[in-house]
Amino acid sequence: MATTETFYEVMRRQGVTRRSFLKFCSLTAASLGLAPGVTGQIVQAMETKPRTPVIWLHGLECTCCSESFIRSAHPLVSDVVLSMISLDYDDTIMASAGHQAEAILDEIRTKYKGNYILAVEGNAPLNQDGMSCFIGGRPFVEQLREMATDCQAVIAWGSCASWGCVQAAHPNPTQATPIHKLIHDKPIIKVPGCPPIAEVMTGVITYMLTFDRIPELDRQGRPKMFYGQRIHDKCYRRPHFDAGQFVEDWDDEGARKGYCLYKMGCKGPTTYNACSTVRWNNGVSFPIQSGHGCIGCSEDGFWDKGGFYDHVTDTRVFGIEANADKVGIAAAGTVGAAIAAHATVSAIQRSKQKNQNNARHEENDKA
Amino acid sequence: MYTGVPTVKQTAVYVYQAPVRIWHWVTALSITILAITGYLIGSPLPTLPGEASDHYLMGYIRFFHFAAAYIFIVGFLFRIYWAFVGNSYSRQLFSLPFWRRRFWSELAHELRWYAFLEKEPRKYIGHNPLAHLFMVVIITVGGLVMIVTGLALYSEQSGLGSWQDELFGWVIPFVGQSQDVRMWHHWGMWIIVVFVMLHVYTAIREDIMSRQSLISTMISGWRMFKDDRP
Ligand code: HEM
Ligand code: HEM
Ligand code: SF4
Ligand code: SF4
Repeated sequence: MATTETFYEVMRRQGVTRRSFLKFCSLTAASLGLAPGVTGQIVQAMETKPRTPVIWLHGLECTCCSESFIRSAHPLVSDVVLSMISLDYDDTIMASAGHQAEAILDEIRTKYKGNYILAVEGNAPLNQDGMSCFIGGRPFVEQLREMATDCQAVIAWGSCASWGCVQAAHPNPTQATPIHKLIHDKPIIKVPGCPPIAEVMTGVITYMLTFDRIPELDRQGRPKMFYGQRIHDKCYRRPHFDAGQFVEDWDDEGARKGYCLYKMGCKGPTTYNACSTVRWNNGVSFPIQSGHGCIGCSEDGFWDKGGFYDHVTDTRVFGIEANADKVGIAAAGTVGAAIAAHATVSAIQRSKQKNQNNARHEENDKA
Repeated sequence: MYTGVPTVKQTAVYVYQAPVRIWHWVTALSITILAITGYLIGSPLPTLPGEASDHYLMGYIRFFHFAAAYIFIVGFLFRIYWAFVGNSYSRQLFSLPFWRRRFWSELAHELRWYAFLEKEPRKYIGHNPLAHLFMVVIITVGGLVMIVTGLALYSEQSGLGSWQDELFGWVIPFVGQSQDVRMWHHWGMWIIVVFVMLHVYTAIREDIMSRQSLISTMISGWRMFKDDRP
């Protein structure tokens, strides 16, 4: 019976050799930044712990998180992780469909009450009675709430589940709503990014499965081990930033020399993610390395924060969009002109008064 | 015969104690540095040629911003302390009697004076109500906002667990995200710049046109009145 099966047994059943299994455990320890000694603990946990099922729900999303996930750098890792989770429910990659698939959800929910992990890709639209996202004949938000009631913890994959992402962009016609605004009684682990980096995703999930606890989170619910620093803090172009060497134009000398992209609107200084350390596609590169600034895809509301190519971005308040520098320079100019005008009038009036006073004094003197 | 300047008796009151005066000029200097370096952080100078290791321009600009920022913060904290132990005028910066009808009527009078609708300004030992209003809103409240947003931005570089993060890290999600905090900090600069322009202009103008001393008061502490009328 599935309840008694351990992770190790599942992997073996999936054709993973013991050698590969041990490799996987040490890779995991390394990718999580844990000491080599921890490998033994992971091995032991995997061999003895009953497998924790993972349910992977899809709401309003584009599937880029799944796409990223299955491209994890070490094929071994994705194989192993997939073998641990795809058995259950993931409507993109599972074999079953229709009622059969929906039945799996009920089964897991009752059988593993309080013991399964709910991974959510995408978010739930609430307007029009949730009709913008229908799954198995009912609004996604219902499926989500139902599955969340009995889960152990929720993983919010990507910026959609974490913050709302593009479908929640102003004016958000479907009222796409991120997970933490819908579910309040379970721990929620946000793994933002559009998509998140594969290694970050597998890292988070293996951590949770092997250690049976959620990783340490920051104030906003993101795992500190991957979202503790900004792109800017570990960017290899940082020396050019500190030196004051910037790309000023897309095809200038600075662009060819790989100078800092700050003036081209790079959002590295305001973006928390692991791109500048873990990088993408087996660590080959990441946006800044290929010459384009970070657009801040893992930040809350990045789609509504003004231009991707400006450093001083427009601010939107009460439906008005304004740029601090444009307004500021105009205001300072206007006030400067007003001061000059006011000073002139003041001077004229003063000299008039003086003349009057002098005249009065002369009158007095004569008298 | 016309004898020139009519002789008036000058009365004087000691208004700004030395610590307030020193604080004023230190703050004026630090805010000037903060606005210039802050602007250059938002819109950096043109790119420098050569190797990155030859320069540290952005690093120095940011260093001066942070150095001036800590001077401003320490000064601000000191000024709060002084409001408790100093004379009654030292408390003006932290209290605005907006519930008094008198305050608003005096404020209207001062506004009319600036609009050339009043022949003569009234005399004030402390700040005039218009200056008072602006100082409280822009320097006390605005300064606090700059300190809070500035330290929140600083926590991003000092890292999780630093005191800036422990005390001010909450500001970032509270405001939205890091870019929002930066932009509010940036707006704050322009508000303060406009205030300083008006403040310096009115200080000079009132020094000449009002019935009391201004700039010398912020230097010596003594308020001189140019006439004896009420
Ligand atoms: C009146 C006071 C201040 C003014 C006018 C001012 C102005 C500015 C401006 C315009 C920026 C650039 C924002 C951007 O577009 O990226 C900035 C950045 C910054 N300011 Fe201030 N600031 C003030 C006070 C402070 C204080 C008290 C602190 C506290 C430590 C502070 C810390 C910072 C930090 C950390 C940055 C970001 C620098 C970077 O990451 O490169 N500022 N400031
Ligand atoms: C960044 C620049 C400046 C800032 C932020 C600033 C701020 C302030 C503040 C907060 C006060 C109230 C002091 C208190 O109640 O403790 C004040 C008073 C005063 N400041 Fe400034 N100041 C600046 C520059 C200047 C300059 C350049 C001058 C001279 C031209 C000046 C002249 C005065 C005078 C005369 C007063 C006293 C006003 C009165 O007696 O009612 N300030 N300033
Ligand atoms: S390229 Fe972007 S992240 Fe890198 S140093 Fe420049 S501003 Fe920072
Ligand atoms: S560099 Fe920035 S925009 Fe690009 S993937 Fe990373 S966080 Fe997203």
